[in-house]
Amino acid sequence: MELNAHVPEGPIETLWNEHKFNMRLVNPANKRNFKVIVIGTGLAGAAAAASLGELGYNVTAFTYHDSPRRAHSIAAQGGINAAKNYANDGDSVHRLFYDTVKGGDFRSREANVYRLAQTSVSIIDQCVAQGVPFAREYGGGLENRSFGGVQVSRTFYARGQTGQQLLLGAYQSLMRQVDAGTVRLVPRTEMLDVVVVDGKAAGVVVRDLVTGEVSSHSAHAVVLASGGYGNVYYLSTNAKKSNATAAWRAHRKGAAFANACFTQIHPTCIPASGAHQSKLTLMSESLRNDGRIWVPKDQNDVRPADEIPETDRDYYLERRYPAFGNLVPRDVASRAAKREVDSGRGVGPLKNGVYLDFNAAVDRLGEKEIFERYGNLFEMYERITGEDPFDTPMRIYPATHYTMGGLWVDYNLQSTIPGLFVGGEANFSDHGANRLGASALMQGLADGYFVLPATVGDYLAGMLGTKTVDTAHEEFKKSEADVADQTRRFLGTNGKHSVDHFHKELGKIVWDRIGMERDKAGLESALRDIPALREDFYRDVKILGDGEGLNDSLEKAFRVADFFELAELMAQDALHREESCGGHFRVEHQTEDGEAERDDENFSYVGAWEWKGTGQAEVLHKEPLTFNYVHPTQRSYK
Amino acid sequence: MQFTLKVWRQTGPSEKGAFATYDASGISEDMSFLEVLDVVNEDLIEAGTEPIAFDHDCREGICGSCGMMVNGQAHGPGTRTATCQLHMRVFNDGDTIVVEPWRSAAFPLVRDLVVNRSALDRIVESGGFISVSTGAATEANLIPVPKVVADAAMDVAECIGCGACVAACPNGAAQLFTAAKMQHLNLLPQGQSERYQRAERMVETMEEYFGGCTNHGECQFACPKGISIDVIAYMNRDYMAAKTKNRKLTGQA
Repeated sequence: MELNAHVPEGPIETLWNEHKFNMRLVNPANKRNFKVIVIGTGLAGAAAAASLGELGYNVTAFTYHDSPRRAHSIAAQGGINAAKNYANDGDSVHRLFYDTVKGGDFRSREANVYRLAQTSVSIIDQCVAQGVPFAREYGGGLENRSFGGVQVSRTFYARGQTGQQLLLGAYQSLMRQVDAGTVRLVPRTEMLDVVVVDGKAAGVVVRDLVTGEVSSHSAHAVVLASGGYGNVYYLSTNAKKSNATAAWRAHRKGAAFANACFTQIHPTCIPASGAHQSKLTLMSESLRNDGRIWVPKDQNDVRPADEIPETDRDYYLERRYPAFGNLVPRDVASRAAKREVDSGRGVGPLKNGVYLDFNAAVDRLGEKEIFERYGNLFEMYERITGEDPFDTPMRIYPATHYTMGGLWVDYNLQSTIPGLFVGGEANFSDHGANRLGASALMQGLADGYFVLPATVGDYLAGMLGTKTVDTAHEEFKKSEADVADQTRRFLGTNGKHSVDHFHKELGKIVWDRIGMERDKAGLESALRDIPALREDFYRDVKILGDGEGLNDSLEKAFRVADFFELAELMAQDALHREESCGGHFRVEHQTEDGEAERDDENFSYVGAWEWKGTGQAEVLHKEPLTFNYVHPTQRSYK
Repeated sequence: MQFTLKVWRQTGPSEKGAFATYDASGISEDMSFLEVLDVVNEDLIEAGTEPIAFDHDCREGICGSCGMMVNGQAHGPGTRTATCQLHMRVFNDGDTIVVEPWRSAAFPLVRDLVVNRSALDRIVESGGFISVSTGAATEANLIPVPKVVADAAMDVAECIGCGACVAACPNGAAQLFTAAKMQHLNLLPQGQSERYQRAERMVETMEEYFGGCTNHGECQFACPKGISIDVIAYMNRDYMAAKTKNRKLTGQA
């Protein structure tokens, strides 16, 4: 396997436009002869499917949800960044690029990030034209706010439901194409394999979740936009069905998987309330704009928050990072919270959180203004905890939220399998070792609306005159048989424990040893314990019912089986990366005051892993990273 | 806390269904209603009975996947609440809770508590969009939108498409859903070009699948986003105008 990022030569400012000009085009009359399959209908998938449909390609979009609008992009709260500089506070494409490269701790590809920053501007235009009801100033113009990790206000938002509104915009564009007949939408259907013929992606094998029917679909190109793998931790802010199966199956068919250990732990989530917890709920990071984070100075202080005077409170982020204060990037804020809770200064009944306090902001701006900004978040919090944040400060604690790692892609978002493209969180591309707030929506839509329609077109132009592979081809039949075998194996095991039982056990290992902090001994033990637990899973899982109808346990079993393999790769990737950067914090590599210590000399590369077969060690390939525009420095937010 | 759950079980659309009674004990008041179903399901699997099928995903009230009749109410007791946001502290220890799927002819049953809501997608497909292809947009701030207008559009754009309004309606009408989507777009300057065509197509598609509205108003109380039935009046206004207005004159008052 050879990694070629295919970044064109030239100055970064004009690279993408030059590249687009050099791409081959497909004549409008030929477009409808090209079949494209899109897996997933979140921001990246729905935007790509809609845009490819608008261009005239023959698109089929699969989603395991009952409607495209359910995809987990819908849950993003805070906002989307764009270098519009409407706030006149010194923002520019270059600054968004700079912030993203720096925020990613110098582990992303400069050319990709620059394109992302450039494209951000068009995304806002597109979404506004679609009718996305962004927040407005009284003059009718778009309003902006600031967000964690940056010093300008470039975040566009729609109350606390930005992801919902952007996804509905993409979903509506997609449904318009369904109406126009350019996109065929196939809901409640999960992709279980990518089929590769003669070294190229030839199609997919899917399972109808309602009837259990397994079928093959061929295409000239396949776009995966199937989201991230945060649910490997069991407890995360991801939706319950979010999974890595589509990406992992592609990996097993030859797509390299990059930077698996780069996972993001979001600092502002509601702490778990007990063992029954099925998922964690994120409170938008935008709350840190107006909330102040603190813990009691004394770990034995059991007074209610409002009885603890200022002098007995430790606003630890403001103390340790005076320049950025409560707005330090996510990884920094998360580790700082962990440090406070580990030292026994946590708050709440289980002492597993820190306070996020709005008192000062209410005094400054009034309750009405705060409610206007965060009303729905406050309600959401009260519903879950039974506490009103106007009376008692919120309690927050970090939780897994986003995965920067994913399938390796080149500048064209093509994986190491020609014809297999990957967009959104499913790829590794733009966030390096840490993603800045309000950047996931930006990247999903950049990939879906603007990058993939261009680069997939260029690939298809080279396929002119070719037919799709017949689904009777042996590679399709082999994949169908594999899925049938796995189904039989799961249903025939008749063990003692549910799928969730194993998923929770796996989650504990991954959270404890490949979570906010990692060390050699923990990772090595994870590499022993994960395969052992996987063996237990295959031996002792209990799945009732049959493969012919809606069977939630069976769906989960396929997903958890893949999480086991992915978890092992995460541990391996984390073990080999002997440095701390972004979301990857190796205890052995920290400065004297406990900050991450990067090793640019030895680890300034993308670590892309190649699958070699079940039970075989994966092989590491390195894509070296060079920084010509943003000089690597130690991130400092002091 | 301890509860008795009476849950509708039905293996498929053409099979005969029935209530089954399950005991849920050791429940914490902090648990969500769906977490109680998780606990019951774990017990069922242990005992060799197939678990209860129900739709769910984000579990924070935004994806619109979950939805069931809880004690005869869509999404259960409490206002502005999706089933996943229903916490057990609203019930009394020892309560019997009856759980059924959405009841509407337009939502055929799939299994247990899972129904097929794709008729809602058909409504959006018929006109619930602004026809602007990727790349065709103008600079965003060239379209000023008064703040009150943007806020009003956002109020209805919050709809999560769960179908509670339909399930709560004695007629199985989808007016609240359809009107919310339509008004989100019809209120905005960007939505004016297609306003009347949108009204006509969406209403007529809705009527292919759903019952008629007779102003019961149950829908707005069931709506987890608290969308007001005011939008239905606006929809009717736009639909009537769509039938009488000379659309060549759309650009004039």
